[in-house]
Amino acid sequence: MLNRTIAPAFRQVSDINFIQPSSKPLHNGIPVFILNAGEQELVRIEFIFENGNWDKNKPLQAVAVNGLINSGTSKLTAKQIADGVDYYGAFLQTEYSADFTTITLYTLTKHLALVLPILYSVLNESIFPERELEIYQQNQKQKLQVSLQKNDYLARKNFANAIFGNTAYGADINLSDYDELKQADLFAYFKAAYQPQNCTVVVAGKFLDKDFEILDNIFGGAWQNADGFVRNSFGFSGKDGQDIYIEKPEALQSAIRMGNLSINRAHVDFPALQVLNCVLGGYFGSRLMANIREDKGYTYGIGSGIASLKHAGYFFLATEVGANVCTNALKEIEKEITLLREETVADEELDLVKNYMLGSLLGSLENAFSHADKFKNIYFYGLDYSYYHNYVNTVKHITAQDLREMANRYLDWNAMTRVVVGKK
Amino acid sequence: MVNFNRFTLSNGLKVLVHEDTTTPMAVLNILYDVGARDEEEGRTGFAHLFEHLMFGGSVNIPSYDEPLQRVGGENNAFTSNDITNYYITLPAANIETAFWLESDRMLSLAFSEKSLETQRNVVCEEFKQRYLNQPYGDVWLKLRPLAYQKHPYRWATIGQDLQQIAHAKMEDVKAFFKKHYNPQNAILVVGGNVNTQEVKQLAEKWFAPIAGGEKYTRNLPAEPEQLAERSLTVTADVPLNAIYIAFKMSARKDPDYQVFDLLSDILSQGQSSRLFNSLLKEQKLFSEINAYITSSLDEGLFVVDGKLVEGISMEIAEKAIWKELELIATELVNDDELTKVKNKSESIMVFSEMNLLDKAMNLAYYELLGDAAWLNVEINKYLDITAEQIRTVASNTFKKEKSSTLYYLANA
Repeated sequence: MLNRTIAPAFRQVSDINFIQPSSKPLHNGIPVFILNAGEQELVRIEFIFENGNWDKNKPLQAVAVNGLINSGTSKLTAKQIADGVDYYGAFLQTEYSADFTTITLYTLTKHLALVLPILYSVLNESIFPERELEIYQQNQKQKLQVSLQKNDYLARKNFANAIFGNTAYGADINLSDYDELKQADLFAYFKAAYQPQNCTVVVAGKFLDKDFEILDNIFGGAWQNADGFVRNSFGFSGKDGQDIYIEKPEALQSAIRMGNLSINRAHVDFPALQVLNCVLGGYFGSRLMANIREDKGYTYGIGSGIASLKHAGYFFLATEVGANVCTNALKEIEKEITLLREETVADEELDLVKNYMLGSLLGSLENAFSHADKFKNIYFYGLDYSYYHNYVNTVKHITAQDLREMANRYLDWNAMTRVVVGKK
Repeated sequence: MVNFNRFTLSNGLKVLVHEDTTTPMAVLNILYDVGARDEEEGRTGFAHLFEHLMFGGSVNIPSYDEPLQRVGGENNAFTSNDITNYYITLPAANIETAFWLESDRMLSLAFSEKSLETQRNVVCEEFKQRYLNQPYGDVWLKLRPLAYQKHPYRWATIGQDLQQIAHAKMEDVKAFFKKHYNPQNAILVVGGNVNTQEVKQLAEKWFAPIAGGEKYTRNLPAEPEQLAERSLTVTADVPLNAIYIAFKMSARKDPDYQVFDLLSDILSQGQSSRLFNSLLKEQKLFSEINAYITSSLDEGLFVVDGKLVEGISMEIAEKAIWKELELIATELVNDDELTKVKNKSESIMVFSEMNLLDKAMNLAYYELLGDAAWLNVEINKYLDITAEQIRTVASNTFKKEKSSTLYYLANA
């Protein structure tokens, strides 16, 4: 007779195989990292530009250049760019983050030679037509108007600004900032910030030598460096905790976001802090979820994380809770943070978290794209694959005492900036 | 191409196996053939609330999540108007844990009062977070009852209101479980680094002892044909005026379904699409404009929605949408435009094969439609579509008397 009360035997994940990319520069020096893997005849090519030339008086120019880069070149209109990409079933995506700007092409490998020339024009010959800029300004302002009515958006925005001030990480964007965008500024920024010298190409999927030739022929020749790119450099100093309360009398829920400056991936404690964060709010079974969602029913979800940026790292904790239980929720959050500083995590819980994290890492290496993402996570922090070796080791061997030490070093309720948007 | 093997247990549970040795992971996906359309009026939101309760412990295992996390696994679930789908991903070496957990909650739940009370609260907070405390969050709570008068698609999966969830009782929970959660109403897909023989043994061991249960026969009220134009105007504390036009469209298994899908792509997929270029770029009437389908198993909706540029009148904006719809209903799309959306469908299909969980979910869904093998020939249905078919479907669909329009206006 089957005994359903006994769990089947299981094994902890032991081997995790990272596929490392091969690398080869284009003729103009752009490093290309290639993760040639997978069964499907498709490829993802990312042109990743390190951001530079930050100007706090023009906080939107890098975002706007990224958003408008496929809106017209000296050879192609916005419609021709979109038609050209879509016709071959390809996807062209632009993404801005505070440290990097990425232009990504997804295509069936067989169409590579037909779509790459469009991308070349976009990266080299964009002109930012006045008419397109006007539409962009108008529509982005309307999007921002909607976002400004969302409590979680306001919490994020105020939190980032409190921690990072008016840098690329925390700039407090308002509607009027869109009015300040000028075509000439965008064009100048584009010329400075999209150059071979700050570009890295990461390729994942089916990509053979002949495909590299195509890439090199199009991007490795005429595209040369010019003056004008200045690397960003930000420094931050932690401030004591502050409370920011934005009252919304009609709110059904309050958005809570809190945290503080912390370490980034390049710091030796980062993997250990990840384990600690997992216990607190990093997975469905975390203490915050167990207490504030599964026991109290105050929220649909609550979580925490350590965000790694190029020039900083920060701890954050976020949730949306019923407006009538906001004060209680804050108390419970404080309790959970304090508990980690005062008491050691029980072995049973720690073992579970270790196994969960190893399984989760294994599961995150699903295909060529995810292996490439793992590469980017280390490469842009000046790390190599020993980082992952060390990460796995840390997860496997960290002790409850180590975690309590981490909590005392990095988690302090009183040092956190706490933002509440809604009602208390 | 997504390969699979298939067998059925003696209790009626259908099992599909997708072997993929390129990954060290495995997926166990279980689809229950029950959704919000199977709820009773006045007790809506129940299928979704029930999904939450499925994580509250089962008859022999007090915690569902904890033992799974302990073996390196993760799980989640979603409920739609048509189905409820649960999935686990974990290292393939530990696949038996997934069988153990998933079979025990199919056998019976713990039916804990504490879990019911907590999840009622959690779902009420979810309701607020996603539908009530967001600008435009309640659109579907308004649009569904406008477009449907009889069919249970007239409510959203979250339910008609908070009260119905707050009042859910344990006896309702038990009855719902008995009616819908049994082997005959489920499709199990196991994928990843597994082999069919092993899956067969595990399925026999863990699932075969569960009684087949009574087969639920669905008998939903049919939606009468819409003969007159409908509209509703609401005002709310939002910054921009918005419009939502919903048209009735084919059920998922109807041969026209793929035509509707391509039609929505021509109108609105990407920056080369018609509505984006005409209404947003050229005429500058909208700051956002979309066309999409609900992909429902029963008669679905084809929706066009947009947010108006400030200062543009609703009348002008609405007319401009109709002009585009009339254009595609009268003139044939050209070859390039048709090739473009077909190529796009093809590459989306190939990209979806990169993800193990997507493959498993797709197999389960196509098996529910009738045959998992249809997944691998689905693309042919798109490639065979002609410009004439698109015009015919558009002209039969985009009629005033078949439309339901929601005007969502900013408080002055």
